[in-house]
Amino acid sequence: MAEKVSNKKVLFNPLSKDNPVIVQILGICSALAVTAKLEPAIVMGLSVIAVLALANVILSLIRNTIPTNIRIIVQLVVVAGLVVIVNQLLLAYAYNVSKQLSVFIGLIITNCILMGRLEAFAMSNKPWPSFLDGIGNGLGYTIILIIVAFFRELLGCGTLLGIQVIPECFYQHGYQNNGLMILPPMALIVVACIIWVQHSFNKDLQE
Amino acid sequence: MKFLKRFLDRVRPDFEEGGRFQSLRSVYDGFDTFLFTPSTTANSGVHVHDAMDSKRTMIIVVLALMPCLLFGMYNTGYQHWLACGQGLGPFWTMLLYGFLAVLPKLAVSYITGLGIEFIVAQWRREEIQEGFLVTGILIPLICPIETPLWMIAVATAFSVIFVKEVFGGTGYNIFNVALVTRAFLFFAYPGAMSGDKPFIARDSILGIGSDLPDSFTGATPLGQLATMAGDADSTTLTAINGAELSSWDLFLGLIPGSFGETSTLCILIGAAILLFTGIASWRIIISVFAGGAMMSLITNLFPSPEYPASFLSISDQLCLGGFAFSAVFMATDPVTAAHTTIGKYIYGFLVGVIAIMIRTYNNGYPEGAMLAVLLMNAFAPLIDYCVVQCNINRRAKRARINS
Repeated sequence: MAEKVSNKKVLFNPLSKDNPVIVQILGICSALAVTAKLEPAIVMGLSVIAVLALANVILSLIRNTIPTNIRIIVQLVVVAGLVVIVNQLLLAYAYNVSKQLSVFIGLIITNCILMGRLEAFAMSNKPWPSFLDGIGNGLGYTIILIIVAFFRELLGCGTLLGIQVIPECFYQHGYQNNGLMILPPMALIVVACIIWVQHSFNKDLQE
Repeated sequence: MKFLKRFLDRVRPDFEEGGRFQSLRSVYDGFDTFLFTPSTTANSGVHVHDAMDSKRTMIIVVLALMPCLLFGMYNTGYQHWLACGQGLGPFWTMLLYGFLAVLPKLAVSYITGLGIEFIVAQWRREEIQEGFLVTGILIPLICPIETPLWMIAVATAFSVIFVKEVFGGTGYNIFNVALVTRAFLFFAYPGAMSGDKPFIARDSILGIGSDLPDSFTGATPLGQLATMAGDADSTTLTAINGAELSSWDLFLGLIPGSFGETSTLCILIGAAILLFTGIASWRIIISVFAGGAMMSLITNLFPSPEYPASFLSISDQLCLGGFAFSAVFMATDPVTAAHTTIGKYIYGFLVGVIAIMIRTYNNGYPEGAMLAVLLMNAFAPLIDYCVVQCNINRRAKRARINS
């Protein structure tokens, strides 16, 4: 890397200023797919943090031995191996959530955030900063997933983590859950709102 | 009138920059230009000078909607009395009942929408744009009469913000604002927007009418069709008291349905006003009906018990549901429709075809017309692009031959 970035920045920049989802617009697909409920969103976020951090460290350790021509293949193999491990762990210890997430754990392999971080950071940095970068970007992704899932589950089902939040008397007075929040288009609109809010507070991002 | 003008001129300084009510400047400006022709004129560039500014255009569209609104009021009362089963009430009582039923919805729609418009206009330091004048009256017209008020408020706020204001306000929206409101309601609260409950007013209002029992149901003709799937050789549509409906009833519109879109007759009167004043494009209206007629003919040639709507005759298809209303008032929205002449034919024709296609072959979505117009809104710029490119290519070819 041309310029030396401090470890602190590596860890905290992806949370807001350089967020992978709402600034770089990566990983949108899974943000739409797994955020109808809060629980799968959290599990998905944790899985991405784990896979991204470990893949970053492994790739960073072997970065000088990988021939440039086949580096994408090597990256894919590492990520695929980690994803399979995560998937098996979820099947063993969190079967219900794993059923809800269905193919999307497997599809972490194709998540643009992973390939982006491996190419852009891990291939040219030492293991420790790479680890922090993986954690940071994973957290940035998870935060957005949790915010989106919070609003979608609250307005779409009236629950949070499966617990009834909107009191029963609301329903008796004619309140109804918003079915559109469960459908994917609303995830996109909620993400857009987050981007809107963030850009209006962050002067650097305004064009 | 003189008095009003004098009053507006006297309070003007209060609303100028630095005045007492500076924050309400856009509101003042909106009312001032709504009531009187603005005294300022453009002094640069080339401008068309015409009394027909967008405020006057909107007023005429609202006027064209009046027959539908009045008929909707009468029909609401008529259906209510029919459902009570004790004979019809006096004409004026039924009209008054419908008026009282729709008034809160009109108020909610206008207050929510205009409130957001005023805030945004003030925030951006722009004039208030008048697009909501029409949208606000369209929204109650295309909703079932029993839609809860808070749902109308939520849906109106959603579509004004996300369909209109984020794209830059009136004239920049990609989708028709009123239709997105309806689509939002349809997808967000399906229980309250379809089925056999919401299309008949159920409660007495200010002592007029009587309360219906909870068990009472009255499906719209399209709703009845959807439930016939699988076991019908032909279709018989019935009114809510069980009498059979003729094509003439469907045309007149004394049937359950969304408030203002049941009567094809009143819609045609509105269409006549719009065409006479040159506001709506006759090309679009004609081609929507042509597309709908052609698709109805095709579905009618291959009727199947799986899709009961395929038994309907062409005229019934065109009179039922929101088709005619969409053709006249929604598809012709000059902002979201195609702009080129040939593009208008293609756009309208596809709206008609897709509307009937969705209605017939998807029993879950009887409101095919709404979805068809929204879909074609998305494609209108592409249609225009293709038409313009074809024209350019043709002329370029001609230039090459001549040279």
